[in-house]
Amino acid sequence: MFRRLMRPISPSAKREERIFYLFILPWLIGLVLFNVGPVFGMLGLSFTDWRISLDNLQFVGLENYRTLFADPIFRISVGNTLYIVVGRVVFGTSFALLLAILLNQKVPGIPFFRAVYYLPTVTAGVAVALVWIWIFNPRLGILNYTLKQLGIQGPPWIFSKDWVKPSLILMSMFSVGPNMIILLAGLQGVPKELYESAEIDGAGNWAKFRNVTLPMLSPVLFFVIIISVVSSFQNFTEIRVMTEGGPGESSNVMIWYLWENAFIFLQLGVAAAVAWIMFVILMALTGIQFRLGRRWVYYEGEAR
Amino acid sequence: MTTVKPKKTVSWRKSVKGRRAIGIAITFALLVPLGIAFVLPFIVMVSTALKPLNQVFAFPPRLIPETLQWQNFPDGWYGYGYVDFTTCTWNSLKITLNNIIGNLVSCTLAAYAFARLKARGKNFFFAIVLATMLLPNEALVVPQYVLFSRFGWLDTHLPLMVPPWFGWPFFIFLLRQFFLTIPEELIDAAKIDGAGHARILMQIFIPLSKPALATLAIFAFIGNWNNFFGPLLYLRTPNVQTLPVCLVQYQGAYGNTEWHLMMAVATIAVIPVLLIFIFGQRYFVEGIATSGVKG
Repeated sequence: MFRRLMRPISPSAKREERIFYLFILPWLIGLVLFNVGPVFGMLGLSFTDWRISLDNLQFVGLENYRTLFADPIFRISVGNTLYIVVGRVVFGTSFALLLAILLNQKVPGIPFFRAVYYLPTVTAGVAVALVWIWIFNPRLGILNYTLKQLGIQGPPWIFSKDWVKPSLILMSMFSVGPNMIILLAGLQGVPKELYESAEIDGAGNWAKFRNVTLPMLSPVLFFVIIISVVSSFQNFTEIRVMTEGGPGESSNVMIWYLWENAFIFLQLGVAAAVAWIMFVILMALTGIQFRLGRRWVYYEGEAR
Repeated sequence: MTTVKPKKTVSWRKSVKGRRAIGIAITFALLVPLGIAFVLPFIVMVSTALKPLNQVFAFPPRLIPETLQWQNFPDGWYGYGYVDFTTCTWNSLKITLNNIIGNLVSCTLAAYAFARLKARGKNFFFAIVLATMLLPNEALVVPQYVLFSRFGWLDTHLPLMVPPWFGWPFFIFLLRQFFLTIPEELIDAAKIDGAGHARILMQIFIPLSKPALATLAIFAFIGNWNNFFGPLLYLRTPNVQTLPVCLVQYQGAYGNTEWHLMMAVATIAVIPVLLIFIFGQRYFVEGIATSGVKG
């Protein structure tokens, strides 16, 4: 690789290279200033007693990390985060796949339904989080009213320790729009001939789904899962607007714990350590995904 | 759910036509209830926004209010002295428009470079683009906050309006995927005519990429209009706030009492994204579909 870099190149290639770096320059500056710099700056700061001002920082070694691991609330927040991540990935992805399969049927009105299913995604924000507080209202909300009509006594949703996390996962299933569209495009990319030859072999619907659709879709599914894991860590808006980590600590997730430490308790060194632990968990999860992916993701043209 | 009668159907159900009819019936039996569920939050929002307070807490809840109280909209909008919704809306609009332009300019340049220019180190930098797509940005707030406070940018719109001019990995990736689909021959022809890369980009790539650029513009509009974390962090004074923060302050002030007014302002806040989505829908869905998958 090094030798290739050192190889002399023609003047026109050199010019092209200069233009390349000129064009990516804004992104490159942003990368250093807003991503790489912060990530490593934060690593350094996580070893200090940083509270409010950056002057007179004391190096405290692993003290912040020790404090965190000794804090039961931090451990709860890690557990809550993983609970929500797993729930959102498993239910969210399955649901997105179900919607994509429905939208892939040849029936009239599909563009309309596609728009309707995408709608909650575009409005995911404070306004709609406020609406959901009202929907989840145990006594007066539309959700429990509907359940009551079906003869089911509805739970107290976000107002109870046991139900708040499932409630948040349920709510997140309304904004699977992008995943749904990506999976839909994946479904439409499966060559028709494969289904035809499966039919000739006498395969039923399930066999076709299991042996043709899933393997052909697996790279897309893999992409969707990876992206879902990352986005599930970033659910600050719902938590801030709907639960503030409660009731008790039952919806205290890592990003909320980080926020509270940084901007309410002003323990910035601790918050930096939280962010780093978050990165490490995320990297580990992504690493595991890639490991597992080798077993179930099928790439066309790849020798197995 | 099907209208098929069991007795006669054995042969009919197995016929191609019959199986197709059953398939359609099952599809609709799922499509329609799910569709209702997906619009229900909006119906709840709008209907609550139009009710007088005493009907808000009525049980059983009515989706269609008995009387329509349009007065809730001005009452909510001007209802709470501390929160100036009009100013917040202008701020949101200003930041959003700036960020769309910034994102489009910086990402177009980078995407063109990654898709069409040869350079040593290109693969390395593209791998970094992909890796940063996996970075949880919300976790970077602490050092970014420090950075912007050093710049003296706190309580101004700059921390929200400057970074978009420095690219966004997800957009660079999507746009690059799209640029790769533009035929090489067009570029070669332009080169023979003596066009440089700036002209090729302006006169070939940008005109041909309107759907993809529209998609990104819509994405950026939605993301910035709904952005809550950044404004909450960097803005203090009421007259620089954005709409989502205003809504939360309103919630803080009126808590669980004035639901009809809160839903009224929430409805107004959602209208712009809704309009953008409805009018841009065609681009939007195609844009994600064509550029999202072929990684």
